[in-house]
Amino acid sequence: MTTSKPVHRVKPAAPTQRSPRTWSTYPLWFFVPVLVLFVVFFAVPTFSSFYFSLTRWSLFDSTFIGFGNFVQFFKNPQLYTSFIHTLIYAAVTSGSKIVLGFLLALLLTSPVIGKGYLRAVVFFPVLLSTIGVGILFKSLLDPFHGIVNAALGVLHLPQPGWFTDPALALLTVAGVDIWKGVGIATLIFMAGIVAIPGEYFEAARIDGATPAQQVRLITMPLARNATVTVIILSLIGGLRSFDIIWATTGGGPGFTSDVLASVIYKQYQAGFYGLSTAGNVVLFTLVTVLMVPLSYLLNRKQVEV
Amino acid sequence: MNAQRRAWLVGIIAIAVSAVVFLVPFAFVILQAAKSPAEASNLTFTWPSTWQFGQNFIDTLAYGDHVILRALLNSTVLTFGSVTLMVIMSAMAGFVLARRHSRWGAVVNFFVLAGLIVPPAVVPTIWVLQGLKIFGTMPGLILVETTFGLPFCIMLFRAFVNNIPRELDEAAILDGAGPVRLFTHVVLPLLRPVIVTVIVVQSVFVFNDFAFPLYFLPGNDNVTAQLALYTFSGQALSFYNLLFMAILVVTIPPLVGYIFFNRHIIGGMTDGAVKG
Repeated sequence: MTTSKPVHRVKPAAPTQRSPRTWSTYPLWFFVPVLVLFVVFFAVPTFSSFYFSLTRWSLFDSTFIGFGNFVQFFKNPQLYTSFIHTLIYAAVTSGSKIVLGFLLALLLTSPVIGKGYLRAVVFFPVLLSTIGVGILFKSLLDPFHGIVNAALGVLHLPQPGWFTDPALALLTVAGVDIWKGVGIATLIFMAGIVAIPGEYFEAARIDGATPAQQVRLITMPLARNATVTVIILSLIGGLRSFDIIWATTGGGPGFTSDVLASVIYKQYQAGFYGLSTAGNVVLFTLVTVLMVPLSYLLNRKQVEV
Repeated sequence: MNAQRRAWLVGIIAIAVSAVVFLVPFAFVILQAAKSPAEASNLTFTWPSTWQFGQNFIDTLAYGDHVILRALLNSTVLTFGSVTLMVIMSAMAGFVLARRHSRWGAVVNFFVLAGLIVPPAVVPTIWVLQGLKIFGTMPGLILVETTFGLPFCIMLFRAFVNNIPRELDEAAILDGAGPVRLFTHVVLPLLRPVIVTVIVVQSVFVFNDFAFPLYFLPGNDNVTAQLALYTFSGQALSFYNLLFMAILVVTIPPLVGYIFFNRHIIGGMTDGAVKG
């Protein structure tokens, strides 16, 4: 049973004894504050956004215009490319976090020196302010004065413009995102690996399994729950990502690193509330359509360690 | 012997790589924060010719009518308010959710899942806040932050309550405790490890949040730390030393919280994330 997975199938309700005591011991009014907040600040905005996305809207009055906003969204290259960028960004960041996080977790659960230091250093960026990290990397990756390009220059390697190069901007932001977020993935993988009983590895060693085989045949299948958690968390985070993009490129140069979340903010700033909300509907439709089936598929096979 | 050699070799390679990838950026922030404005604007990775760390610290806090200081205060209020509400509400909900299966429980469960997956609808949320006359106010932002922090907290509390034997509840009831007293005197004290986890994780999250304050708390009076830092980065083009000092200052609170409760968090998080 996976009570604490971010996404899981709800356990079929156990037959409860409906004795008067149960009623009074666990009062339903304990749900009231949570439900009030969920309804007012989550359900109402979410459901009303379907209506407002079909209007021209100034917050005070809205005119119904049918699918005009969506037509505009998918006709205008500056807008619909953000949809593609969102997918690329989510795939690159979560793919890298899964692979790197797993490798780092393997390293940090094997006998190496300096383990405590390495764990701390990998996890530290998670605590940093995203805006601070954005400012920092803008300086490090400055095309002319940044120390990264200075180092590349010494090695006679090409010195790209990073955030200012239209072809590279989105991937550069993704790289910064990975630098900042890989610590969480590593932490979850480490917990999964540590939970595997040592006897399994011992048995494998006695049977003559190489370290690579042990990873492939024992660690990977038995750390599956951790993998599922990392996949789901990093994908959801990647699809929604806004802060780091806004702090580094602001969606530029041009619109080459705009994602759905930054388009939603830009249209809101420009006063196109209906269009902004349409972008919002596109975003949560995308997230829901991707994540619900995916989490269902991934959670069908649970591994008991 | 061979295994030991490998442990050393791999460890040294890893430490070398981590120094380049992680330590250089961290050191860069500290060095920049200690330089004079002219030196900092070169963005070079060099030792400051004059080490003016303390002066920069004072200047950063004083900059623009103490905006950073005010922002830190606002962020502290925001974090404290949101996390307090989150802990109280999600502990109550998580407790009943774990103990009792009901139709309302299913509704809460649905919201927990939806809240984890579905991104917030920002402009309609502004519309709701305006309707309640709390748009652009600290209480309004606190309520929004709380709402979107709840799912994660409820999940952790529910998982943890599942591991508390029901016999304890029954004993307390037999001793004449009412449901509220059972919760406050028996269950809450047992929840302490999760409460610490929730407080630290969500405090770091709320304190570092940028998007919600950007949308729901515009205006200069109640600017939060991340917004102040963002605005500062647009203004302080000739004061890179102060900008990097501001990054340091804004990082201190989450860092202190983390160092204090490090052990608790890792335990609490991993119990929640991995154990089936």
